Amino acid sequence: MADVVFDQASRVYTAGAKPAVNRLDLEIAEGEFVVLVGPSGSGKSTALRMLAGLEEIDDGEIRIGGRNMVGVPSRDRDIAMVFQNYALYPNKTVGDNMAFPLKMRGVDKATQQEKVKAAADILGLTDYLDRKPKALSGGQRQRVAMGRAIVREPQVFLMDEPLSNLDAKMRVSTRTEIAAMQRRLGVTTVYVTHDQVEAMTMGDRVALLADGRLQQFDTPADLYDKPANAFVAGFIGSPAMNLFTLPVSAEGVRMGSSELRLPREVHSRIGGHERVTLGIRPEQWSVADGASGGGDGVSSGVKAQVDVVEELGSDAYLYAHLDDDAQTAVVVRTAGRSGARRGDQNVLTPTSDELHLFDADSGDRL
Amino acid sequence: MAAPTTERPASAGDTRELAPARRGNRAGPALLTVLTWIVGIGFFFPILWMVLTAFKKEADAYTSPPSLFFTPTLEQFETVFSSGIGPYLLNSLFATVMSTVFVLLLAVPAAYAVSLRPVKKTQDVLFFFISTKMLPVVAAIVPIYVVVNDIGMLDNIWTLVVLYTAMNLPIAVWMMRSFFQEVPKELLEAASMDGASLWRSMREVVLPVVSPGIAATSLICVIFAWNEFFFAVNLTAATAATVPVFLVGFITSEGLYFAKLCAAATMCALPVVVAGWIAQNKLVQGLSFGAVK
Repeated sequence: MADVVFDQASRVYTAGAKPAVNRLDLEIAEGEFVVLVGPSGSGKSTALRMLAGLEEIDDGEIRIGGRNMVGVPSRDRDIAMVFQNYALYPNKTVGDNMAFPLKMRGVDKATQQEKVKAAADILGLTDYLDRKPKALSGGQRQRVAMGRAIVREPQVFLMDEPLSNLDAKMRVSTRTEIAAMQRRLGVTTVYVTHDQVEAMTMGDRVALLADGRLQQFDTPADLYDKPANAFVAGFIGSPAMNLFTLPVSAEGVRMGSSELRLPREVHSRIGGHERVTLGIRPEQWSVADGASGGGDGVSSGVKAQVDVVEELGSDAYLYAHLDDDAQTAVVVRTAGRSGARRGDQNVLTPTSDELHLFDADSGDRL
Repeated sequence: MAAPTTERPASAGDTRELAPARRGNRAGPALLTVLTWIVGIGFFFPILWMVLTAFKKEADAYTSPPSLFFTPTLEQFETVFSSGIGPYLLNSLFATVMSTVFVLLLAVPAAYAVSLRPVKKTQDVLFFFISTKMLPVVAAIVPIYVVVNDIGMLDNIWTLVVLYTAMNLPIAVWMMRSFFQEVPKELLEAASMDGASLWRSMREVVLPVVSPGIAATSLICVIFAWNEFFFAVNLTAATAATVPVFLVGFITSEGLYFAKLCAAATMCALPVVVAGWIAQNKLVQGLSFGAVK
């Protein structure tokens, strides 16, 4: 076990071009489970591969257990990695696949077998040790890849979208298994995914990357409740947060012909800005029937017309547009079977005081 | 009530119309099968005829119409052996095996480098390899002859080994390259993370995965080297001559003895067939290469 530090680490593929990973700073504590998340092209996989020694560190440092890894080959970093496509050795049996890293380190045969057996027990692979990877299901292959990583007892686990080749149900169960196993083994883990649900549910902390830059590095709850900028706000949460860039008024912001009043505390954060980006989560709206008033100049609600209703059982998503401005889409999350229908006229009022304000230009949280 | 009565004749008409179309669909594959057999037999027949004739007496070989039923005899093979094919076979075997081994020793690492560790000039290098095949051998034979003569290597089997290695190397590099490119990059990355050195990951991970490719490449090299005639006829005489040279000599001297000639040709063809048969298992594996995840 060891801590992992990215210290201004950068990766530039072609000289002069924009770095794939741009001055990344991360301090990952010993035993911590950190998820790197971001859209494709955000540099999350590159960052992981830099830690793995599969990509060069062009600038800055990456330290594992205090030791600088620049120029250190993968095999000397004492790390293990689970690949997206598992990268099992097709000609070796499950047992030999799992024993391979031990064999490469000159561990004697008896110890190899003992450790492979122990790992196979944990992963439920005992009956499959003599099979070739070809004869396994996707979920089993995934577990063999996990097994190959854990027999080594490395300082750090690296996982590169290990669940993306599994079907939806399998993904959910494996997600919990991996998180539980990591907690039991207590090995520092860096996990890459593009799936924000995995990020939110698995990680002790989540690092959100975009365009090669770190946007926010926080606990899942803080990422959700206090997004550092509009990008984080829009990326975390499903359906995504409603983000409106609006002119500031005396008591709030103007949204079409209505004025959305903001709590005094929130309004005070606006400062001298004339326009701000207001973020409201889908569940932070209350829905009232459009006939019962509102939208009469100064009020706390806006009129909207429902375009699509997605009924999920436990709750429902309403996709609507503003009466004043058909271009402005709004997503609302309501209780399931609320009876909402396409074409409904509603008045939407933000319910929570926890509204998010961002600088309209830089996107930074106000 | 009206609906069913009008529907029934319509549906009957449909089946009548559909039936010929369905038969046509079935006739298509059948026709293809027949065609395949005809083409297959067309290719195979001359070889079958050669093999059959090799087991005939000279008298039977010349009957017209040809006799399909005859008493097989090994007489022709005995004659061929006694006429001294032995050294030629050994020369061919030596040149083929040695050159194939050398080609693999050189081509596998080269192909590994150009496919898995490419650099900026890799494409140029690959083009250079294949460009060496663009010069007709006839155009190169005079300088080669002069050089070989000057270093006193005429009629030496090692000359053929070197030339066959050089001749097959570009093809082998290109073939192996395409197989290496099929190897998932992550396999190598996994091996290096698991602590394998370049050599260990090559031996334990990459080579087993590309072994069907090695089998296919070896087979091609064996066939080309075994069949090579032009260098052999120009650069060898009595001591280093190979089977194709022997066979051609046999045609001129024993041309009228058809059965004997067929026996000699059959013996020449046999080693290649055996090599193909050995490689077959691996070649089939090569077809399921995509199953590697």
